[in-house]
Amino acid sequence: MSTQRIFDVASVRQDFPILHQSVHGKPLVYFDNAATAQKPMAVLAAMQAYYESINSNVHRGAHTLSDTATAAFENVRQQVARFLGAREAAEIIWVRGTTEAINLVAQSYGRSQLKPGDEILVSQLEHHSNIVPWQMVAAQTGASVIPIPVNAQGEIDQTAYAGLLSPRTRILAVNHVSNALGTINPVKAMIAQAKAVGAITVIDGAQATPHVTVDVQDLDCDFYAFSGHKVYGPTGIGALYGRRAILEAIPPWQGGGEMIERVSFEGTTFNHIPHKFEAGTPAIAEVIGLGAALDYLQAFNTTDLHRHEQALLRRAVELSEGIEGFQAIGTAANKVSVCSFVVEGTHPSDLGTLLDHQGFAVRTGHHCTQPLMARFGVPGTVRASFSFYNTLEEVDRFFVALDKCIRMCR
Amino acid sequence: MALPYSEQDLALFRDNPLGSHTTLDDIRENFDFLDDWESRYSYVIDLGKQAPRIPEAHRTDDHLVHGCQSQVWFIYHLDAGKGTLQVLVDSDAVIVRGLAAVVMTAFNNQPLAHIARFDMEALFAELDLVRHLSPTRGNGLRAMVKRIQATAAALLPA
Repeated sequence: MSTQRIFDVASVRQDFPILHQSVHGKPLVYFDNAATAQKPMAVLAAMQAYYESINSNVHRGAHTLSDTATAAFENVRQQVARFLGAREAAEIIWVRGTTEAINLVAQSYGRSQLKPGDEILVSQLEHHSNIVPWQMVAAQTGASVIPIPVNAQGEIDQTAYAGLLSPRTRILAVNHVSNALGTINPVKAMIAQAKAVGAITVIDGAQATPHVTVDVQDLDCDFYAFSGHKVYGPTGIGALYGRRAILEAIPPWQGGGEMIERVSFEGTTFNHIPHKFEAGTPAIAEVIGLGAALDYLQAFNTTDLHRHEQALLRRAVELSEGIEGFQAIGTAANKVSVCSFVVEGTHPSDLGTLLDHQGFAVRTGHHCTQPLMARFGVPGTVRASFSFYNTLEEVDRFFVALDKCIRMCR
Repeated sequence: MALPYSEQDLALFRDNPLGSHTTLDDIRENFDFLDDWESRYSYVIDLGKQAPRIPEAHRTDDHLVHGCQSQVWFIYHLDAGKGTLQVLVDSDAVIVRGLAAVVMTAFNNQPLAHIARFDMEALFAELDLVRHLSPTRGNGLRAMVKRIQATAAALLPA
């Protein structure tokens, strides 16, 4: 890239207007990035500009605005294909987010291909959105959903995984990075093992895309999904990568306009990929916003962003050692900047409430991973998740505030 | 199914200071006096500690409201002679237990009709705690208040 921007946290923070406010009279510290990331001005401006100057429906109009909007919209598809390392833009399907992407794969691929006795392997680390769609398609087809256990560090037990693979395994569905714990899973190796038994692989990349560089060709997965709002883009837009040969072979999921070639009451033929999977008017402004978010990120050397996030995590781990009764949940060797924990003698929801009063936005609860919380025997955790716009000073203040909360609760 | 109460259980209802020794006016006065969030929360947490805990045997699913964040249990005892209700509300989270103490203070030893019609939102708003009763909070407290009020309404003589 010709004009690469040097990463500097103070200057980066100026790009995010929402960070500069007070909550309960204290400066906001936003540590809920794994739930949703904040949006830089560039994203807001791109969406505003879209509505101000080129708003019109895509792929339909025979007029200038529609042509301009369609070009901008399809450019972002190219951009997402490059972001994920896909071979071509036709392998990128727009969805509302990762949840919708997984439901699409379950209902299109799963429902058309699964038979009684087939097995879908999911890990115990999964978000409910990578469990429930599989349970639903399993109930429809007679297949079963088999959990892969997780070890005490919050890593997928690879020995158990190897033992669960069999010719009955038809689908492996795992996250690249765990939302609740931050564990980075060795998905490349897991994908290779799944392929060896003839299974297809579906990777939930919602938490990985903000923190690690993804290359679907290198991973060799069949599907990879992510959400725009976690990579500093708008809500309501995400993308599903699918391997062309599979996308062409499986049926559409939702019917409507856009996804058809010809419709008659005698029979309907479907559009080509990716449009076959995109019924109805898409989230055009959100696609444009997502494009701006990726541009924003890619102006940096993304390794610099990831390095800063790792420094925040290291500081948090270091300071947590001074907190009596602190128990980190998820201590994988390889993890993103997520600090999930419980403190002896306190309840996560109490800590969340008292942290909020000191200006800290964290997530508390089960993080939509009830099987994982059950694995660790906790009702939930407090999760502080860091982004590159957070500072070491915010992490320092967090542990001072946490200490105060604990004293109030005990 | 609810277990019958033992003598010890009945003593828990009888000895609960909330709604007898501690009144809503006491709570209002203390809130007026405490002017920063920290002392207010510390006071709420301390109020929760005044209440007896619900014995494990009574923490059954039919006494439970599942919040997304925390759990809340509720048992009650009707004084048929006086037509008043005594409730015990408990939670695994200390702030929710403290807020439940405010609820208990409002309801305990009060006539059924008073409980059924009580405006808990107004009380929580007055104490600047109303955000904890919001449906999005997920602490189970709002659902619990509704449940107690429905119970009181159902016990009213026809």
